[in-house]
Amino acid sequence: MATTQILIAGFGGQGVLFAGKFLAYKGLMEEKQLSWLPSYGPEMRGGTANCSVIISDEPVGSPIVSKPDVLVVMNLPSLDKYEDAVVPGGKIFVDSTLIERKVKRTDVDVYYIPATKLAIDIGAPTLANMIITGKLIKETGVVSYDNIDKTLEKIISARKANLKDINFKAIETGYNS
Amino acid sequence: MSEKVLMKGNEAIAEAAIRAGCRHYFGYPITPQTELAAYMAKRMPKIGGTFLQAESEIAAINMVYGVSAAGKRVMTSSSSPGVSLKQEGISYIAGADLPALIVNVQRGGPGLGGIQPSQSDYFQATKGGGHGDYHLIVLTPASVQEMADLTGLAFELADKYRMPAMLLADGTMGQMMEPVELPETEPEFIDKPWALTGTDMKREHNIVNSLYLVPEQLEKTNFERYERYKLVEENETRYESFMTEDADVCVVAFGIAARVSKNAVVEARKQGIKAGLIRPITVWPFPKKAIAEAAKTSKAFVSVELSMGQMIEDIKLASDCSRPVYLCNRVGGMIPSPEEVLESIKKAAGGNE
Amino acid sequence: MVVFERPKSLAEVPLHYCPGCTHGIIHRLVAQAIDDLGIEGRTIGVAPVGCAVMAYDYFTCDMIEAAHGRAPAVATGLKRADPGKIIFTYQGDGDLASIGMAETVHAATRNENITVIFVNNAIYGMTGGQMAPTSLPGQVTQTSPYGRDVATAGYPVKVSELLAALDGPEFIARVAVNNVKNVKNAQKTIKKAFENQVNNKGFSLVEVVSSCPTNWGMTPSDALKWLDENMLSYYPLGVYKDKSAEKEGE
Repeated sequence: MATTQILIAGFGGQGVLFAGKFLAYKGLMEEKQLSWLPSYGPEMRGGTANCSVIISDEPVGSPIVSKPDVLVVMNLPSLDKYEDAVVPGGKIFVDSTLIERKVKRTDVDVYYIPATKLAIDIGAPTLANMIITGKLIKETGVVSYDNIDKTLEKIISARKANLKDINFKAIETGYNS
Repeated sequence: MSEKVLMKGNEAIAEAAIRAGCRHYFGYPITPQTELAAYMAKRMPKIGGTFLQAESEIAAINMVYGVSAAGKRVMTSSSSPGVSLKQEGISYIAGADLPALIVNVQRGGPGLGGIQPSQSDYFQATKGGGHGDYHLIVLTPASVQEMADLTGLAFELADKYRMPAMLLADGTMGQMMEPVELPETEPEFIDKPWALTGTDMKREHNIVNSLYLVPEQLEKTNFERYERYKLVEENETRYESFMTEDADVCVVAFGIAARVSKNAVVEARKQGIKAGLIRPITVWPFPKKAIAEAAKTSKAFVSVELSMGQMIEDIKLASDCSRPVYLCNRVGGMIPSPEEVLESIKKAAGGNE
Repeated sequence: MVVFERPKSLAEVPLHYCPGCTHGIIHRLVAQAIDDLGIEGRTIGVAPVGCAVMAYDYFTCDMIEAAHGRAPAVATGLKRADPGKIIFTYQGDGDLASIGMAETVHAATRNENITVIFVNNAIYGMTGGQMAPTSLPGQVTQTSPYGRDVATAGYPVKVSELLAALDGPEFIARVAVNNVKNVKNAQKTIKKAFENQVNNKGFSLVEVVSSCPTNWGMTPSDALKWLDENMLSYYPLGVYKDKSAEKEGE
């Protein structure tokens, strides 16, 4: 049985919940079992935010990810907080534009992606989350790279349809980085 | 059933309620159930329903009382501090034998407490909550799918037994997203000859009331109500058993605690401990018989709760204190980890405190 | 020729009110309005907690008993459940102006299309004569034995004036039932408050200044005299808000 427990963490406003939602919906469209659980708090912007995503071939038990197989960190406090929680052999994805220090663990695979810089380069400074998501898809294979556009269609409201292409581009950029 | 969609638990309740024929929602903003009210605010005006943000939780539950008296399906939702405010109205609704749905997406307490998940309103939900002798049918969803399914069931049972039903969820159930299939069947409505629909000058007037100044009469209404409660206990007790047939240690948990416990039970089995899980889906009526049965074969129980130990009392009563009951709990918005539950299972299996 | 008879909407049961209490008159006026408008079959009344707690036995239309102060919220639920029904509440001063103030103000500001009959007798009657939100300065009650001291107990709430300040409500008026002339005017005003609802105009409240001989410790006639001499100067009679009339006047 394959179960991947993913924890995505950063500041509120960096789109960590949205990145999780994208993976969850992608999983749903691939007929996998899954859960998505956000942290929630009084601060709407700027505070710490994280979300637990579990994608599995079996029904999901606890939706809380305390020992992630995959950790995505988009700020230093998140790396400090969750680095030790990752299971041995797990994967850590770091936005190296925003986090200067290196991961201390030696028993995990680490991917440094200058996600914020790449996002600025493609003209989408708020989409570092989707750049890392692209990289995550490539390195973990937790969901497939096919039909990304169909998933984006599901989670981006018609009102904001113009954002679909740029999200696609961000994922593509991350995937190919 | 339709195709699966990804929804937050709070939204699944709202959509399921609409599909169950509920066209009246009254609420007051409070975290972590706000998505439910927001969903209703968006949808109700488009389907000829009522969404009303009341001036208080107290007003909201009394608006529910009014709609229910008129014979229509109606609901309110809140989180712990707000549900405390509703207790007066809930007591009146129970005392007037009216159906209604109250959703409690629990957060930590007491007082203002916190906004993270909790199950510490168990006593309030299962023992009545307000003044007087009464019960609610209390359903405890453990997935987004159940948030939807049990909403429809709650309306049906409330109508059938003329009593309020409560969906006792928590912050994680409200906030999490999972795939959900929403019901596509048309809701069934039963006749409500007691409803206030106007006499139309064709019948004696109906009175919806909980006041009986003659003690003999008040006693009679209480006795009659409890006869009905007996039927509910006989017919509507719901639970899920997981690996309990040969279990030495029987874990009892509902909602998010049951999700965590299931992981722990699976891990315990891997480690050679015969553990099982009883997951109450109704906590009133409590699955007493299932607990009593388990007490015949299990050596010990573990009550896993997001409270200081409330359900543990019902387990002890149901098992007649014939087996030790261990408590594995976190409170204040904390959730026990599968490892913590596993530790408790091991303790219970070893018989050590 | 029949010169006087019981309105059909008033049930043929003895009322429990004390001798000389004006609730009987006000019940009659409400029933008369329901009869006059021919709406009994689609009217639902909301009884309060207070002396009128058993009003559900006295009107022949469908009735519901609300918790203390919550009648406007219950009425809101009933009206939203079926806007074709005529919903009225019948509340006292403790119910409406103290514990239920939030429900009162918000039903008014929503212009909820209901009719509120507010009986102001400046005292809690059912519980035996305690100070009400509308008890007058200096008024002696069980819980203001030295007279209402505005320094510690504050001032009476002037409900009609307060609600008339809101943009929401359609119609706010204060009447009294201490003499024939005032009763006749009260009858007209209460009928209008129901008529407004029938015509979908919105929230209509009639404050009825009335007496409580038992708890005021007076004979019924002295009580009416006390009402006339003390209450009406503090609670002037009149129409405080009439949105439709204002529009016509423009």
